[in-house]
Amino acid sequence: MLTIGRDILDAIIAHARRDHPDEACGVVAGPIDSDRPERHIPMDNIERSSTFYRFDAAEQLRVWREMDDRDEEPVVIYHSHTATEAYPSRTDSSLAGEPRAHYLLVSTRDPDGTEVRSFRIVEGTATEEPVRVVDASVDPAAVTTYMFGQSPAAVDYECPAGR
Amino acid sequence: MAIEVRIPTILRQYTGGAKVVNGSGDTLADLLADLDASHPGLRGRLVTEDGGLHRFVNIYVNDEDVRFLGALDAKLNDGDSVTILPAVAGGAA
Repeated sequence: MLTIGRDILDAIIAHARRDHPDEACGVVAGPIDSDRPERHIPMDNIERSSTFYRFDAAEQLRVWREMDDRDEEPVVIYHSHTATEAYPSRTDSSLAGEPRAHYLLVSTRDPDGTEVRSFRIVEGTATEEPVRVVDASVDPAAVTTYMFGQSPAAVDYECPAGR
Repeated sequence: MAIEVRIPTILRQYTGGAKVVNGSGDTLADLLADLDASHPGLRGRLVTEDGGLHRFVNIYVNDEDVRFLGALDAKLNDGDSVTILPAVAGGAA
């Protein structure tokens, strides 16, 4: 299962729409072994094609080096299909070189809706997985500010106003 | 002569899991032949049957893409750092 924040998913979809009809591509980095996609890195598709994508080799080195320095790995590798479904093609599956990544496919073929599906691709075989979108703006750990007269079980007098 | 070679995840099966290995060679071709002796199978993932570099593998010498340095004829010096990354690519078909 891929768990991804709403904000990052929206940014990926916006990127795909912006580059349509060319395929868009990019990475979401996260701490190694966390399986948490946290840092969205849109990449340049040097093919600039509506049917093919490829990361620029020099840019890929810079981004991979940066992830290494930050103890991150590519948690999500995404690209868009602009006229076909959000499903990995034979090329997508045969070229997938990061077995630990979630391969996110975005289809922009329908102007009124965007299809997003996620896959694990290992040794040329793609297996679909569910996508769980989390809304980061609702933080269960946040301190909720209550007006007197409402019903918290305890009132935190140490909590700064407005937090 | 020691050249540090950084190995991507997908090729670590040929290096016993090692992320970095050492090798020697005056050219990239020599280095890959040298590495293949101690890590059989590695060279086969980088060089095609025609004897050229695999199209979807990126190899860098000191951060420069070897495609601009003569590919397999790229000259290497002691202390150079070589990085291998699988290309990230795909298509609709």
